[in-house]
Amino acid sequence: MHHRYDVLVVGAGGSGLMSALYASKNKNVSVAVLSKLYPTRSHTGAAQGGVGAALGNVSEDHWEWHMFDTVKGGDYLTDQDAAEVFAKDVIDAVYELEHMGLPFSRLPDGKIAQRKFGGHTKEFGKAPVERACYAVDRTGHMILQTLYQQSVKSGVTFFNEYQVLDLIIEDDALGEKVCRGVVALEISTGEIHTFHAKSVVLAAGGYGRAFKVTSNALSLTGDLMSIYYRKGLPLEDLEFYQFHPTGIAKLGILITEGARGEGGILRNDSGERFMERYAPTIKDLAPRDMVSRAIYMELREGRGAGKDKDYLLLDLTHLPREIVEGRLPDITDFARTYLGVDPVKQPVPIQPTAHYAMGGIPTSIDGEALADGNGNLVRGLYAAGEVACVSLHGANRLGTNSLGDLIVFGKRAGIAAAKYAEGAHFEELPARPDAFAKGEIERLKSGTGTENAARIRKELQETMMDNVSIFRTDETMSRQVEVLKELQARYKNVSVHDTTARYNTELTEALEVGYLLDVAEAMTASALNRKESRGAHAREDYPDRDDESWLKHTMAYRDLSRPGNVLIGYKPVVLGRFEPKPRVY
Amino acid sequence: MFVNLKILRYNPEKDKRPHWDTHKVECEPGDRVLDLLNHVKWYVDPTLTYRRSCAHGVCGSDAMLISGRNRLACKILVRDLTKDGGTITVEPIRGLRVERDLLVDMEPFFESYRAVLPFFINDEAPPAGERLQSPEDRERFDQGTKCILCAACTTSCPIFWVNGRYLGPAAIVQAHRFIFDSRDHGTERRLNILNQNTGVWRCRTAYNCTEACPREIPVTQLIEEVKRAVMYQQV
Repeated sequence: MHHRYDVLVVGAGGSGLMSALYASKNKNVSVAVLSKLYPTRSHTGAAQGGVGAALGNVSEDHWEWHMFDTVKGGDYLTDQDAAEVFAKDVIDAVYELEHMGLPFSRLPDGKIAQRKFGGHTKEFGKAPVERACYAVDRTGHMILQTLYQQSVKSGVTFFNEYQVLDLIIEDDALGEKVCRGVVALEISTGEIHTFHAKSVVLAAGGYGRAFKVTSNALSLTGDLMSIYYRKGLPLEDLEFYQFHPTGIAKLGILITEGARGEGGILRNDSGERFMERYAPTIKDLAPRDMVSRAIYMELREGRGAGKDKDYLLLDLTHLPREIVEGRLPDITDFARTYLGVDPVKQPVPIQPTAHYAMGGIPTSIDGEALADGNGNLVRGLYAAGEVACVSLHGANRLGTNSLGDLIVFGKRAGIAAAKYAEGAHFEELPARPDAFAKGEIERLKSGTGTENAARIRKELQETMMDNVSIFRTDETMSRQVEVLKELQARYKNVSVHDTTARYNTELTEALEVGYLLDVAEAMTASALNRKESRGAHAREDYPDRDDESWLKHTMAYRDLSRPGNVLIGYKPVVLGRFEPKPRVY
Repeated sequence: MFVNLKILRYNPEKDKRPHWDTHKVECEPGDRVLDLLNHVKWYVDPTLTYRRSCAHGVCGSDAMLISGRNRLACKILVRDLTKDGGTITVEPIRGLRVERDLLVDMEPFFESYRAVLPFFINDEAPPAGERLQSPEDRERFDQGTKCILCAACTTSCPIFWVNGRYLGPAAIVQAHRFIFDSRDHGTERRLNILNQNTGVWRCRTAYNCTEACPREIPVTQLIEEVKRAVMYQQV
C-alpha cells in the first residue's frame, strides 16, 4: 500500500510526538506519525526523575550554569552551540509542557517543584542545585501522556504498530542524498507499506537491548540507527554508551537518580559511603559515568554485597517514609515487587545497567541529518531524541537532560521538517521502493537456515556486556569484533518458522536482531578506535583523556564493499564559552 | 523449580477455535510471567504471540488474564502465583476481539479513551511562567495520572463484557484526571459526555476494576467521584 504525507515522523515517544505536534502547527503541510508500538507505550514513559531546566524555583539558577554542567558532564565533547540552545530553550519548553496540562509536582507557592540531580550544580560546579522539574517519579510518563493527549486533541494521524524496514534515500542529479520516504511493515496484517514523504523525522530511540542488563524496553533495538548505517551513512560517537549506576540488581530496571537527589546514599558491603573517595565534592550526585565506574571498582575489589558479591546497595532508610513513598512511589513499588525489598526499611540491591546512547544519527542543531563529517546533509531527513546525536550529551549525559533533549530538539526538528516540506516537492520514488524490504522478509520467511535469532541475540547481549561495557580494553574489544563477525555470519542462516501474515512477532523480532548486530558492530569499532578515556568511554589501556588527539567526534561508516569492516572518520567538536578543563567533582 | 505454563492459543489463520497449550518451564520463584512467555517464544515455540515492551509495569503492553485475574505479565512473579510443580494459566484479556493468542484488538479501547476529551482544555492565554497550582490541588487528581492505558480495568468489568459501548473504567479515570485538575476548563463538556447512557451510570460498583489495576489506582472510587460530579454538576 502507498501513502503520501508532507512530513512523516517515525517514532511516537517524547521527541516524535513533540516533532509531530510542532510540525502540525504549520497548516500548509500534512503530518503523520508511524510507531512500532502504541504511542503511550514508548520508552519515554519509563523516565522517572525529572527534566532539568534553570527555572530557579527552589534556589537561584541560570541557563549558563546549566550549559556549563552539560558541557562538563559531557567531558567537553559536547557541542557548545547545541548546549547553549538547549539550556536556554529548555526553560520555555518546560513551561510549554505545563501549559499543555502536564501535572508537575508543586512547591507550596504553586510553582513547579524542582530537586537535585547528578552533575547539576550552581556557580559552575560549587554545589548541587535543584534543577530537575519533576512529576513525582513519573516525569517521563507524564511527558509522554501529555504529548499524546495533545496529539489526540490536534487530530494527529497515527499509524500504530508499524515496523520500519527501510529508508528511501537516493542521490539527486547533483549527487546530493535525498530522503524520499520510508518502507514499513504493518505488524497486524503483514502488509508492506510505502510512505512517500517530503521530509522524514526519525525519533525512534536507542538500542539498550544490545546488552544483557539494561533499563531499556524490549523494543529498543536500534532499528533506525542501523538502517541509516546500512546505507553507508555515519553514526556519530557510538562509543559513548551510558551505564546508569542504579539498575535493580540482575534485572536492570531503573531506579531514578532522583533517589540520590532526595538524599539516597550508595554503600558497599561494609556499609561504607564509597562515593566520598571518588567524588569528594558532590559524592553520590556525581555524573553517571563516574558513579558507574566507582561501583564497578568496588565490585572488582571484592566489596560487593550478597553471596556472589555482585551488587551494591542504595540506602534510603535514613529518609522519612513520606519522602520515599511520597516522592519516589514508583521505584518503591518496583523494589517491593521485584526484590521483595522495602526501601523504607532496607537498602536496595543495585548494579549499573545499560541505559542511554549518547551517540546516534548525526544532526545539526535543527535536527537535519548529516551525511558525513563535513556538514553535507541528507536532504529531507531529520532526527531527534536518543536516535540522534546533536551532541548535546557529548561523552556522558547528565540525568534529566534526555527529557530536555526530547522537548527542545524534537520541537526544533518538527518545525524545521515542516518548513522544509512546505517549500519542497515530492521527489520521485525509485521504481520498486519496497524491493529491499520485501527481499529481507522473503529471505527470513523462506530460508532453510537453522539458526535461531533469539540465541544469537542472547550471545550478543552477553558478549557486549563482557567486552564493551563500563570498562574496555583493546583485548576485550578486539575479541568482540570477532564475536560479532561470527554472529553476523550466523544471522545469515536465521529463518523464521512462523509463516503467517498477521502479528508475526517471530519475524519482527528476527528483524530486530539484525538491527542490534549492526549497531553493535559500529559501536564496537568506534570504541576500539578511540585510544583515550572520556566520559562513558573508559579504557583501562588508555586511562587518561587526551584532548590533543581525541577532542573530536567519531563518525563510523559501514564499508559497503567489505562487510564487517567499519570506516572511521571524524568531525570537530564545536567549542565556545567553556574551555576544556580536567573534570573533577 | 518447574511450573506448567498453560497458554490459551488462537491463530485465526490456522485455528477454528482457541485451544490450550501447556509447557513445562524451568524457572526461579522471582521470575516474571513475561520471562516464562519469552522463554517459550524464544526457545520452544516461536509462533507464540503477545505484546510486551518495557518489562517492568510502566508501558501497559502485556495486560493478560493470568491465573484468573487481569494483570501485567511483567509485574506478576511466579512466587506470587504458585509453587514448584504448580500451574499458571495465561489467557487474553476479555471483551476485546482476540487477534492472535494473547494479543487483542485495542482499537475499541482507545476509541473510548478519545471519546472523553482526554486532554487539557484551557483557552486562556497562558502566563509567561507556569500556571500556579497548590500541592493540594495537584494531589486531587494524582491517582488518575498513574494510568498506563493497559486496559486491565476495563476488560475486567462485567458491564463492559456485556455492553461494549460502555466507555469503561479506564476512560472514566482519564476524564477524572482532567475534571479534577484546577487548571482545566473542560469539565462541563466531559460531564455531559459521561452523563450519557454509555457513561458513568453503567457502572454497578463491582470493584473488579480496582482489583485489576496494576498501578493500584482506586478506580471505583474515582468513578464514584465522577458520578457525584455529574449529579451535582460541580467538582
